[in-house]
Amino acid sequence: MPILTEIKKQPMSFTLPVVGAFGAFAGIFVGTANGSTFLGILIGFALLAALAYVALEVLGTEREKQAKWGIIGLLVVLGVLLGGLPGLVLGGLFGWFFGWLVYWVGMGRYRAPLPPYLTGGQVLWHYSFRVLCGAIFVFLITPILVVMPLSFNAEDFFTFTPEMLRFDPEGYSLKHYRDFFTSSEWQQALRNSVIIAPVATLLSVSFGTLAAIGLSSEHVPFRRAIMAILISPMIVPLIISAAGMYFFYSRIGLQGTFAGVILAHAALGIPFVIITVTATLVGFDRSLTRASANLGADPVRTFFKIQMPLILPGVISGGLFAFITSFDEVVIVLFVGSANQQTLPWQMFTGLREQISPTILAVATILVAISIALLTTVELLRRRSEKMRGLSPG
Amino acid sequence: MTDATSDPDKIEGPTPDNALRAADAAENLGGPVLAADGTPLKKSLARALRMQKLRALALIAPLLIFVLVTFIAPIADMLFRSVENQIVSETLPRTVAALEDWDAESGELPGDAVFEAAYTDIFIAAENKRHTRLGTRLNYELTGVSSLFRKSGRGLDDIGEVYLDQFEDLDENWDEALPWAELMGTEASVAAFREWEAAEDAAREAGRDFDEPIPSFELRADISETLPRTAEMYQRFATFMEVEEEDSAFEEEPWSIVYTRLYEDLRDGDMSSYDGPRAEMLQAADALVDNPDFETVTLQDGFEEIDEDWLDPEVWRTIQTYSPNYTSGYFLNAVDMQKTPDGPALRDEDERIYGLLFKRTMFMSLMITFSCILLAYPVAYLLSNLPMRSANLLMILVLLPFWTSLLVRTSAWKVMLQQQGVINDVLVWLGLVGDAERLVMINNQFGTIVAMTHILLPFMILPMYSVMSTIPPYYVRAAKSLGATNWTAFWRVYFPQSVPGIGAGSILVFILAIGYYITPEIVGGTTGTFISNRIAYHISSSLNWGLAAALGTILLAVVLILYWAYDRIVGIDNVKLGG
Repeated sequence: MPILTEIKKQPMSFTLPVVGAFGAFAGIFVGTANGSTFLGILIGFALLAALAYVALEVLGTEREKQAKWGIIGLLVVLGVLLGGLPGLVLGGLFGWFFGWLVYWVGMGRYRAPLPPYLTGGQVLWHYSFRVLCGAIFVFLITPILVVMPLSFNAEDFFTFTPEMLRFDPEGYSLKHYRDFFTSSEWQQALRNSVIIAPVATLLSVSFGTLAAIGLSSEHVPFRRAIMAILISPMIVPLIISAAGMYFFYSRIGLQGTFAGVILAHAALGIPFVIITVTATLVGFDRSLTRASANLGADPVRTFFKIQMPLILPGVISGGLFAFITSFDEVVIVLFVGSANQQTLPWQMFTGLREQISPTILAVATILVAISIALLTTVELLRRRSEKMRGLSPG
Repeated sequence: MTDATSDPDKIEGPTPDNALRAADAAENLGGPVLAADGTPLKKSLARALRMQKLRALALIAPLLIFVLVTFIAPIADMLFRSVENQIVSETLPRTVAALEDWDAESGELPGDAVFEAAYTDIFIAAENKRHTRLGTRLNYELTGVSSLFRKSGRGLDDIGEVYLDQFEDLDENWDEALPWAELMGTEASVAAFREWEAAEDAAREAGRDFDEPIPSFELRADISETLPRTAEMYQRFATFMEVEEEDSAFEEEPWSIVYTRLYEDLRDGDMSSYDGPRAEMLQAADALVDNPDFETVTLQDGFEEIDEDWLDPEVWRTIQTYSPNYTSGYFLNAVDMQKTPDGPALRDEDERIYGLLFKRTMFMSLMITFSCILLAYPVAYLLSNLPMRSANLLMILVLLPFWTSLLVRTSAWKVMLQQQGVINDVLVWLGLVGDAERLVMINNQFGTIVAMTHILLPFMILPMYSVMSTIPPYYVRAAKSLGATNWTAFWRVYFPQSVPGIGAGSILVFILAIGYYITPEIVGGTTGTFISNRIAYHISSSLNWGLAAALGTILLAVVLILYWAYDRIVGIDNVKLGG
């Protein structure tokens, strides 16, 4: 779409109030933190309006770089005066943002990506909507981001200490990670998790893939009923599965054993394998297996040489789902397992309930790193699978 | 799985179905078509079709069996436990039988037969250490029964001891193991025991180990005619000693209840004609019993002595009401009702908790679903209207929380929402909230709703996104060019097309929310917990498994109904994972 929107310098009567309003908004917080909200609003408004005037009227676009750096410098000095080291960082960030804002608003650059026919109100709505969505994304991601720096806390607190906010190296340490790697309880839990999750995954992947292949052939009696049974572990609330398994497994002597926990986790992982593998098989070209049989390969050879390589991405991503289900699972372990089968989530859960130590945050950070790795793998696999099946050009 | 590619009737090309149809058509034209080996083509095709079905089933079978055993059987077991109630009739078989004729409405105590049966049942249960379990079970229905049974387990000995003391005063032998065994046992078994004893003594003197088992006790036939009740109880005692305690009736004096039975037998019978072993001892005891000075207690008095509550018809009514093998009691409990003589009735106002909990679970799940819709709609809209590349980048921000461990996110919220937590610290630092009046945002409904909205938000965004990305942009443009305002174009044209996404996401989130356990447990405190927390409490703390199973069954029913609705609206097969 050719962009025909005209970009022109906005009149000062528009730029100054708008930029000033942003300044006033920031002023609310700076002012409240320093004692007077009203003064903050006033100074914020005046300061930003003045900066905008100087930047746009005196310096102009030719010396845009110098103007932006000037604003950053000014706000950094202000930040240091008001709040020390954290003030410096915040001042820098504010300076960078306002430097950009002044030119973005003043030179009318905000119009650039929009169709030329939009009214002022529509432009305002467009950007407010973006800001709203941004706030929701912040809500989604902040809790995960907050955990990470806190895990380097030198104190046993679940919050930022003044030292951390001053970026004092004393405020940071790896002690919670050391705790995790030296405490026998956590290490036992890690070992248990590393035993249970892969075995459960292996079980659900091998059974699940076979069944998915069976389900995808044309002639399966009672397909809907079978599908409902196989998917049911995903639908039934975990607490109910856990209750049922606790009752039943203690009847047959599996409660409190590794076998019991592994079987339970395998059952939970099966729906994920079934769903991903059947989805992959939908695009599978059946004439390939017929061709293979025609050329003299027996069914087993056909499966491993023809079918398996093609559906492998689906199998692996199903397996990853099953793995993360088991690796993350806590309700079932709490009931079906006993003290000997404590996994990482179990340890975290009891830790959170009794609030013992921020080692939990170190573990959480490690788990986030693991989930980022898994997410990347699944995403790559999904793209590869789509490419192989010709569903997307990407 | 009912799409075109897997429906046998819609596939074009060489499938057995199509071949069969072709064979049918050929047959109509003239004579049967033959396959290469000479069998009619129809037959050999039918065989191929059957083979294919069998192969598919053989591939599915291992998993199906696996899921049936590891998952469906436990669920079935839970359903069964919610109505199962064998414990009463197994522990108190005689009492249950005796109570059958008693009319609970009369307001009178049951007759002596019931006390007699209860004495035997509870005594045996106490020896087997099963009476406290039964007490706990009945305590769910009538508070106080638990301690009543616990006391009775110890107290019932007092009745027998009245007789024991008098018999013992008459003859020391009545308090000895061996004389009793001689009175009740066959001569052969007594002789075998004496031999064993002699062998053991010899071995001990020689300093050798001796681990021959004690010969087992056998009841003499004629004694069960002379002393029928005593013999029956003594036999039970002897078996119990051998099987449960790995001891022997030859070495332990009998239970106190045996003395009560002996008294009853002597009272009703005449021992003068008895000439077996220990005849004088028995005849002397008979004479003692016939003496008017012999002290007796009625069973009813004996029970009253233990606890006056036994004279409360309510206790007996509870036992009678809960004596059937299957009961609706747990379900009635789960909906705040109880059994009364006039049928099920609501409990007193202050005892109703489950109705409140169910209502709260529903309310909070709805709140969570609603806040998820509010937050997910703009995001899904933005994602589906951005260019592919930026949408994919932003999608990572949605998928990362989706893939992050539930416990990580829950602990993050605990960190954020605490009174000394990040949000409060920021608010205090900004001066919006005074240091003394930090907000209470955790361990209440607010904490649960915020944390669970965050946790379930991706489950709302993903279905909404997949629906919205199929909405063609030109409808809205057309509406606008026809003169609709922005709002009208959105509300009348875009929104109706996005409703399926809202529906799918809402049901999914609601189903997930209603059964959540971990997050409410950690951030919910007492006012922010769900019905699932109560189920967990009954399984691991109060041990009222039947009630836990009944609550679970109700929750399961709600989820299945919702799931059925989900299937009708969206279809099971459209469940997508990770976008």
